[in-house]
Amino acid sequence: MKTKYALEGLKVVDFSWVFTGPIVTKYLGDHGAEVIKIESATRPDGTRLMTPFRPGAMGLNASGVFANFNSSKYSININLREPRGKEVVKKLVERADIVLETFGPGVMTKLKLDYDELKQVKSDIIMLSMTMVGQYGPHSQQPSFGQVLQATNGFVQLLGWPDRPPSLPVAAYTDFIAPWYVLIALMAALDFRRRTGKGQYIDLAMLEASVHLAAPVVMDYTVNGRIQNRMGNRNPGYAPHGVYPCKGEERWVAIAVAADKEWQALCNVMGNPDWTKSPKFDTMLHRTENQEELDRLMGKWTINFTPEEIMSRLQAAGVAAGVLQNGEDLVDKDPQLKLRQHFVEMDHPEMGKHLTERPPFRLSQTPSEPQRPFPSFGEHTEYVCKEILKMGDAEFAELIG
Amino acid sequence: MAKRKEKPAMLDRYRVLDLTDDRGAFCGKIMAELGADVIKVERPGGDPSRNIGPFFHDIPDPEKSLSWFAFNQNKRGITLNIETKDGQEIFKQLARKADFIIESSKPGYLDKLGLGYSELSKINPKIVMTSITPYGQTGPYSTFNSPDLITMSMAGYTFICGDSDRPPVRFSSDQSYLQSSLQATVGTLIAHYYRELSGEGQHVDVSMQESMIWTLCYAPHDWYLLRQILHTREGSFWRRLGVTYRLIWPCKDGYVCYRLLMAQPGAEVMNDLIASMNKEGLGENMKGISWTTLSFTEVPQEQINEWEAEIGKYFLLHTKRELHEEAVRQKNVIQPVNDAKDLYESPQLAARDFWVQIRHPELRTSITYPGPYFKSTETMWQKGHRAPFIGEHNDEIYEKELGFTVEQLAILKKENVI
Repeated sequence: MKTKYALEGLKVVDFSWVFTGPIVTKYLGDHGAEVIKIESATRPDGTRLMTPFRPGAMGLNASGVFANFNSSKYSININLREPRGKEVVKKLVERADIVLETFGPGVMTKLKLDYDELKQVKSDIIMLSMTMVGQYGPHSQQPSFGQVLQATNGFVQLLGWPDRPPSLPVAAYTDFIAPWYVLIALMAALDFRRRTGKGQYIDLAMLEASVHLAAPVVMDYTVNGRIQNRMGNRNPGYAPHGVYPCKGEERWVAIAVAADKEWQALCNVMGNPDWTKSPKFDTMLHRTENQEELDRLMGKWTINFTPEEIMSRLQAAGVAAGVLQNGEDLVDKDPQLKLRQHFVEMDHPEMGKHLTERPPFRLSQTPSEPQRPFPSFGEHTEYVCKEILKMGDAEFAELIG
Repeated sequence: MAKRKEKPAMLDRYRVLDLTDDRGAFCGKIMAELGADVIKVERPGGDPSRNIGPFFHDIPDPEKSLSWFAFNQNKRGITLNIETKDGQEIFKQLARKADFIIESSKPGYLDKLGLGYSELSKINPKIVMTSITPYGQTGPYSTFNSPDLITMSMAGYTFICGDSDRPPVRFSSDQSYLQSSLQATVGTLIAHYYRELSGEGQHVDVSMQESMIWTLCYAPHDWYLLRQILHTREGSFWRRLGVTYRLIWPCKDGYVCYRLLMAQPGAEVMNDLIASMNKEGLGENMKGISWTTLSFTEVPQEQINEWEAEIGKYFLLHTKRELHEEAVRQKNVIQPVNDAKDLYESPQLAARDFWVQIRHPELRTSITYPGPYFKSTETMWQKGHRAPFIGEHNDEIYEKELGFTVEQLAILKKENVI
């Protein structure tokens, strides 16, 4: 059967909050799945209160980050501690394919909404719990959040200068690894269910998933006993390889030269100044040995130009160079992103105009695009109860009373 | 240790043809660990990514690259020169029976060889073909030379990393290839789901730049809503809305990562930390404060600095392991800044049997790899076998599966086709 969207008909009950889980269900929703986001008045998704807000705007329906991560969803306001709230949830699970939750270990069991309970309601349900370090283990009960967890998995250690304390990524890096692993596990579990008729419960740990993105670093230790450290912008096999100052405030260009041919092309674009003819720089090994001096000399050339000028001249000559783009460059200027429509401007009845991002892949036959702007808090409680669960007026009044 | 009960893989033995270099190898590896039959298709002599270090015992050798091992685990391998007519014919034969093709060559390269999606989908309309490139298949930047540093920079990531008094930096380990390989796997499996319902394959066009933009979180939305660049390079600190916190703290044997907790559920654990500090004569000025009700925008920066200085003295007296273990007991959020050795020794990862041993008989050893990232009631992450040698499975595929004779294979070998 051909549908407009790849995941049309797929139904998701989403208990997740903050970044990782909501990004997962946004991807599903942007491909046509029905996503019902469960929130409660005592505990709305915390990202609703996260900056940025447009100047003067505040409240639960105005966060730029929340808006991006929650397109294409319905939001219902349900108290999970109330028996009637649980009943509504179970009715939603009964007709769902996927349940996603990102609470701490044990919370769903306390709520009597864990896998053992929910599979009574829907025997082939696929339920995934995503936590920082897993459902069990000596550290599983430690509270945590991505900003500090990214240190645990080794990424912080690898960012910055060897003579300085490490730097920290502005946004918790591991929060932006786990969503893709969760999506992969869910899509694979759907394939397993299609072939076997079986659902499953998946305990996915952000820490474990993210270690795979440092695999060569970890294996250099398990095999060679070497502990790799951050090395600024050095990268063996490239010289020069760095970030250089340009004309303007906080304007920078990145340049990476891998082979003698590229070095010659770079020298030509720079006008072959005398220093480039020095034997200090004539081979990859010599350039690598004299990289500090090379960086200084490169910087004296780059500072005379805008990063855009250097990028286009070097790329035209086959040399790898790119602007260190900032928010303005990405949103307002980058022609590649405009062509691919990475940012989609949407209008929300309360927040007004905002951006939501498209997944970084385009499928040739089915669209990846937001279906609707993010839901206001509890916006679809009535719609979900009456239209989807077919509750009568009296029953609904009793529920929200 | 008792042998773990074997469970099936999530994915069936779907056939994946993996034409990628180091920019896309991780995608096929993920498919393989979920159960797919992934055939790495290398040029005769081997893929250049075999020359990327680190190497087993530091011996540079195309059969000893640890990054090759890591990202090609559990695949089979054949050699094929798709720039020859015979090679193209053979590739088409393989594509006819394949479920997925993953590739990371320059946009247009496969089209020129008659092996692009438009050609292959005529042979096999159900094929899902995934292309991983720095900027996507078309557009003004699609032909750019863009190794990791350049893509990270164009995605806005480098701009926000580093110390304020030095140039921005990138992670000292390629991330854009891995992030985009993960995203590629997501797109591939969404296309697969649709194929199973509709019978129709698709081309999945992945951009590394957009993949990295997905890790920024704030920058585009700060600009769109506030017309401001709120984050530059903040080093060990977090600055937002006029408040600065320390996040990286030196301790006795390295660093820990921690943020002063205020005005949020769980902030009451501050008192346990302060009690520990008091025992060592520190934090007298921090007693009796109601941490959960403090509004952090109302606390003056000098006050935050004063508290942080006191906590900093306490951290310097202890190792990262000690501080982390105390935090686990006190339900505080302190985490160690781990290096590879710390990770390998993590009690949490050990308790979940995370590390796996894979046999490398030719090196007369087993190597420890990162292992399962999920536990399931029904299925299992597949450890599989070591990455393939150059052309290791040529016989299996060309002779047994495609039915080439020994004589034909000798000709193909001589002509540098396989």
